[in-house]
Amino acid sequence: MKALELQINGKKYRVETEPDSSLLAVLRDDLDMTGTKYGCGEGQCGACTVLIDGNPVRSCLVEAGNAAGKQITTIEGIEQNGRLHPLQQAFIEAGAMQCGYCIPGMIMSAQGLLKKNPRPTEQEIIRAMEGNICRCGTHPRIAEAIRRIARSSGARKGGAR
Amino acid sequence: MSDRLADEILLEAERYELQEGPLYNFELARREFFKALSGGILVACALARPLLAQESGGGRRPAGAPAPQEIGAWLHIAEDGAVTVYTGKVEVGQEIRTSLTQVVAEELRAPISSIRLVMGDTDLTPYDMGTFGSMTTPRMSPQLRKAAAAARELLIELAAEQLKVEPGALAVLDGKVAHAPTKRTLSFGQLTRGQKLMKTIGENAPLTPVKDWKIAGTTIHKVNGREIVTGKHRYTSDIKLPGMLYGKIVRAPAFDSALVSVDAREAEKSEGVIVVRDGDFIGVAAPSARRASQAAAAIRAEWKTAPQISSSELFDYMKKQAADGQPGGSRSNYSAGSVAEGLASAAHKLERAYTIAYIAHAPMEPRAAVAEWKDGKLTVWTGTQRPFGVRGELATAFRIPEAQVRVIVPDTGSGYGGKHTGEVAVEAARLAKAAGKPVKVVWSREEEFTWAYFRPAGVIEVKSGVRGDGAITAWEFHNYNSGASAIRPIYAFANQEIRFHPVRSPLRQGSYRGLAATANHFAREVHIDELAEIISMDPLEIRLKNLKDERMRAVLEAAARAFGWGKAQRSAERGFGIAGGFEKGGYVATCAEVSVDRASGKVKIARVVTAFECGAVVNPDGLKNQIEGAIIQGIGGALFEAIEFANGRVLNPRFSRYRVPRFSDLPVLETVLVDRKDLPSAGAGETPIVALAPAVSNAIFNATGIRLRSLPMIPSGLKPELTSEENKSK
Repeated sequence: MKALELQINGKKYRVETEPDSSLLAVLRDDLDMTGTKYGCGEGQCGACTVLIDGNPVRSCLVEAGNAAGKQITTIEGIEQNGRLHPLQQAFIEAGAMQCGYCIPGMIMSAQGLLKKNPRPTEQEIIRAMEGNICRCGTHPRIAEAIRRIARSSGARKGGAR
Repeated sequence: MSDRLADEILLEAERYELQEGPLYNFELARREFFKALSGGILVACALARPLLAQESGGGRRPAGAPAPQEIGAWLHIAEDGAVTVYTGKVEVGQEIRTSLTQVVAEELRAPISSIRLVMGDTDLTPYDMGTFGSMTTPRMSPQLRKAAAAARELLIELAAEQLKVEPGALAVLDGKVAHAPTKRTLSFGQLTRGQKLMKTIGENAPLTPVKDWKIAGTTIHKVNGREIVTGKHRYTSDIKLPGMLYGKIVRAPAFDSALVSVDAREAEKSEGVIVVRDGDFIGVAAPSARRASQAAAAIRAEWKTAPQISSSELFDYMKKQAADGQPGGSRSNYSAGSVAEGLASAAHKLERAYTIAYIAHAPMEPRAAVAEWKDGKLTVWTGTQRPFGVRGELATAFRIPEAQVRVIVPDTGSGYGGKHTGEVAVEAARLAKAAGKPVKVVWSREEEFTWAYFRPAGVIEVKSGVRGDGAITAWEFHNYNSGASAIRPIYAFANQEIRFHPVRSPLRQGSYRGLAATANHFAREVHIDELAEIISMDPLEIRLKNLKDERMRAVLEAAARAFGWGKAQRSAERGFGIAGGFEKGGYVATCAEVSVDRASGKVKIARVVTAFECGAVVNPDGLKNQIEGAIIQGIGGALFEAIEFANGRVLNPRFSRYRVPRFSDLPVLETVLVDRKDLPSAGAGETPIVALAPAVSNAIFNATGIRLRSLPMIPSGLKPELTSEENKSK
């Protein structure tokens, strides 16, 4: 056991854990941040996606020790002062969920995409989201939620010009 | 509900879904339950024809004796006006928490936000057989509507007394009872304060006609959507109790294995680790999930495994098993006219076999349970579609009365028919009992792929005859193992022999979204396409030629119209297919367009148009979401999903080896809702899946001339078939 210091959603957390524990296990079991989900443990389903320094990563494959000193963002950190992030709002308005289990991972992957590429093409959306599985089949609605943000970002840019 | 539908639900329930309900079901505890509530009004909806008495067969009750009164649901309005509905149904992504809230809001004339549903809690909700068979909308929804309507009438009576006016002068709106002439209003809370009223209503309470619906029938987004997008909703696997340990089960290397010896000394050395051996069960509980996994891995267990058949020999085995004579299946069998005469009058005859692989539900939330023993009472949180069934499993496993077991089902990370059983609940409870502390067990993805159960595999043989004008004169249909759902055609074939042949399945099998309706529609709708090809008839035309059912015709025509059927030109790279079906009260027709890359053998489903009719629509966007989901889930089983197994081992128990639909597999999807406000609402979670696979198979044939008769159709692309087709033509 070793003390680790992690920067999560802008706050510092100290946990006593084994450094090769997965970041997913530390988030869920040690810090009780259960918005990040286990789905496969082999980086194939995206349910455990978090952002590390802005990049979407599969937290089941990241050793917690390797995340120390980096900025970790989880689904719990997307909401700002009790207000939903526009992307979360877009998921609700597009009806982009059924059982909802994959949705936090979907939102984090989409957030990773939109931060780098605010107006992705259809192909870019597919490429960025391909690693996230939804078994209920809400993919078209998830894509639509992302498109809505992309469109509004386009509108903002247009307005600034 | 039509008798035919009722029969079909019974028929299939008998084989794969219904596990016997309890013989006795004492529900009088609701009075005690009511005592525990502070006050207000409680409306209980009594079922006119108790499901249990009806479905577990007659003969038990003396003729003429009154049926035991069965309560379907309760609705409570507290003294602060909060409305709580209690139903044994569970939410697994089919969005009934939202649609049921809508119908209650409609009848109560109260805002959606004032209504809370307590679902799937065996201590708080009335007995329910389970959430399956698309029965929530046709059965639970009317009960809740009636309970809410009765509560509304009760509130009006209370208001009339208080305001000293005629009930007829009062109206209920937005959670208040209003007297328009004097502009006085009373909120639900004001009316229920100090009350302790209980009303039991029958099935004939008056309901708001569908044409007057204002909240039901409209699009309402998931009522707890905010909890989902913020990650705050606690699924079973997210629950953490004080002092809770984490459990891990030591699995046999293969199915049908017996434990020979165990050496757990190494594991037991680890601090805080508890090892439990009970018969063939070995599990550990530890203070962290990681420690539990390490301890489980350190246990040396020796198993003896019986020889078992493998996926490569599955279909021969099934045919042989059936030939060896398995009893049963008689309720699914059906004869009409004479197939021999029908064949004799046919211009063309055709015999074909179709196969269906085992597939996994692969719900994103693997099975999970948290179990806690307190003063001899067991409480288990678990994601299951049958909370009361799992309560029974636990009571049996621990030899305690059901009254000492409580099962609570948090809204669950999907099921698709895959979470009817309670194995993980039993495992967690066994470990918790030994540990004297709460224990959580979450199955790994590999465990979920291996130790859950599968959609049944099967072989279907069809023999048919067709006249030159498209009339199908003979139809003989044998289903080996996959199941009897929708085994009977909706077409008006004069001469039919329908047989279901149960087989001892080498893998554990059970329910799946749509059950065998997918397999039976696949065989039937591909076969009809083959007949159309023989007589050079348009695939839509041959279907309409043999159909009398107007609702079925209407959805086929609606799908064809929206798709532009017959308008676009096929080519060697582009094909079109159509298929239709009926199941569980819903009518579906699917048109598919595929594109084929002949060099690589890659097939892409380019566009899918689905028309669906399930009576009056409760939530249009929710319904569309279910239809789209069924189509996308259906793509997996149609094209590439299959469980491979050998000697009792699953060979592809992970997402890297078991391909499920992803974003790049998405076709352009269009959905046509045929809203029949004049007809009762049927469920929609299952039936939209059934026509996708045959429509795609028919489209691939349309492009390539290659007939695919096995599900999945192209687990490794179409290249092998294209190559052999080219060789044939050389």
